[in-house]
Amino acid sequence: MPSDLITSLYVFVLAGFVGFEVIRRVSPLLHTPLMSLTNALDAIAVVGAIVLAGEGKTTLATVLGTVAVVASMSNVVGGFLITDRMLGMFKASKAKKRQ
Amino acid sequence: MNPPMITEHAIQAAYLAATVLFILSLKWLSAPATARRGVRCGEIGMLLAIVATLLYHGIVDYRWIAIGLVLGSIIGVPLGLVQMTAVPQRTALSHAFGAFSVVLVGTAEYYLRAPNVPGFTMAVLAIEVILGSLTFTGSLMAAGKLQEVLPQRPITYKGQNLVNLSLLAIAVIIAVVLVLHPHRMALFPLMIILPLAFGVMMIVPIGGADMPTVISLLNSYAGLSAAAMGFALDSKLLIVAGALDGSSGFILSVIMSKAMNRSFTNVLFGAFGQVQASAAAAGQARNVRSASPEEAAGILAAANSVAIIPGYGMAVAQAQHKVRELFDALVRRGVDVKFGIHPVAGRMPGHMNVLLAEADIPYDRLLDMEEINPDFPQTDVALVIGANDVTNPAARTDTASPIYGMPIMDVDKARTVMVIKRSMSPGFAGIDNPLYSLDRTLMLFGDAKGFVGEIVKELAGHAAAAH
Repeated sequence: MPSDLITSLYVFVLAGFVGFEVIRRVSPLLHTPLMSLTNALDAIAVVGAIVLAGEGKTTLATVLGTVAVVASMSNVVGGFLITDRMLGMFKASKAKKRQ
Repeated sequence: MNPPMITEHAIQAAYLAATVLFILSLKWLSAPATARRGVRCGEIGMLLAIVATLLYHGIVDYRWIAIGLVLGSIIGVPLGLVQMTAVPQRTALSHAFGAFSVVLVGTAEYYLRAPNVPGFTMAVLAIEVILGSLTFTGSLMAAGKLQEVLPQRPITYKGQNLVNLSLLAIAVIIAVVLVLHPHRMALFPLMIILPLAFGVMMIVPIGGADMPTVISLLNSYAGLSAAAMGFALDSKLLIVAGALDGSSGFILSVIMSKAMNRSFTNVLFGAFGQVQASAAAAGQARNVRSASPEEAAGILAAANSVAIIPGYGMAVAQAQHKVRELFDALVRRGVDVKFGIHPVAGRMPGHMNVLLAEADIPYDRLLDMEEINPDFPQTDVALVIGANDVTNPAARTDTASPIYGMPIMDVDKARTVMVIKRSMSPGFAGIDNPLYSLDRTLMLFGDAKGFVGEIVKELAGHAAAAH
């Protein structure tokens, strides 16, 4: 097995544990924003798509890359936007008194 | 060092910073007070990563990238502005988009490298493409069911699991063949088509009530496919983001499947929707007591503590704003009002909290099941609005009940129970609810929005009379 793979596997396993520990602490109150935020972060796949769309290696790669950039970027913009909108709605009791 | 080397280091440093920011982003999301800071953090990380990628020396043409980024942003804005009731289908749709992107990149990578694809690269590309494809169609189906453009009723037939699993098994066998013989390029499209079909078949037998579990599971798959893409492209940033998303979806699936009383293996293989088989002996003539809005208002006004248990029926009736008025009216009278929220009260994890927060109910009044259950014996009135199965005491006592063992809201332990319901017809799963015939239970027959509105009017009348 190439050593790159070993490093990648370590990164994957450790990130999985970090994710588990961090996300376990998220209050059930915020599970919907959690899902929309992880979805936006997951759209980091856009970096792979950008390289494909810009390298100009083959027409197929450019076309697929461009469409992938569109799909990922819509998740980036939409995901952050809706997460922030939802979180803006959560107000504590004190703040509720017509500010 | 030559200039490209320096740029390369800068790009890697930016990716590392983005990784840290992503983890902090999720860490700060854990509490409402810091959550928005978490979003900012994620946005900065994303921006850093995208800008760094644009500096990559291999990029020779920026036109298509620009078009893609602009077009994607234009599509993303309306997807970020949907109504709160539509958030579950929006989320399903974004899982589909994410998975679609992953499949496209995987496909392009394969054809760039074929036929000389090293075994390991082929294996991760196969995982990426298979998981991505089934998540793509599965999420589209889920979004369609949630948006009600597809029938919500589960469709089941004999041997369904066998058919579905064989589809997936064939795809996996093809993947193995491709790893061993990467030059068999004709097989690659099959490895996309079969999981696409599997994704559709997987969601066909699933009904609306199971959606919280399904969305969480698809979330997990979307994350894992992105992580596989990270392996293929040797991008640690992508591996971390995918692993975070994957574990988040996994945790939520486990929470949801526990709340739905399903075993986790049952969930993993998508074999839900089969519990409904035995609708418990229906039609027994039971004595129920009902009450008018006036009587209900009188009881609520006299209470010291009220727990409101909202279910999806409340959201369907668009009653959350009327419920907020009721909340305000009771709080003004000095009543301690809390909301008890079952994990599967909405159509996705945490959905009900968002709907109530949108109606301006302070989040510290929203308690989850484990927080509120010990309080019911000291609660004067439990008011159930549009929830049914999650309040069914048979889940605790009746071993023959199909929902036996499901964690429920212990509303039957409150001093008085009031249930707003259209009629005595059984709920989503077709299961009889003995809660309704308890001595302490009052049925409030009517539409949730209308009935709550009338209670609010009565309470206002009481207040006017008192002054």
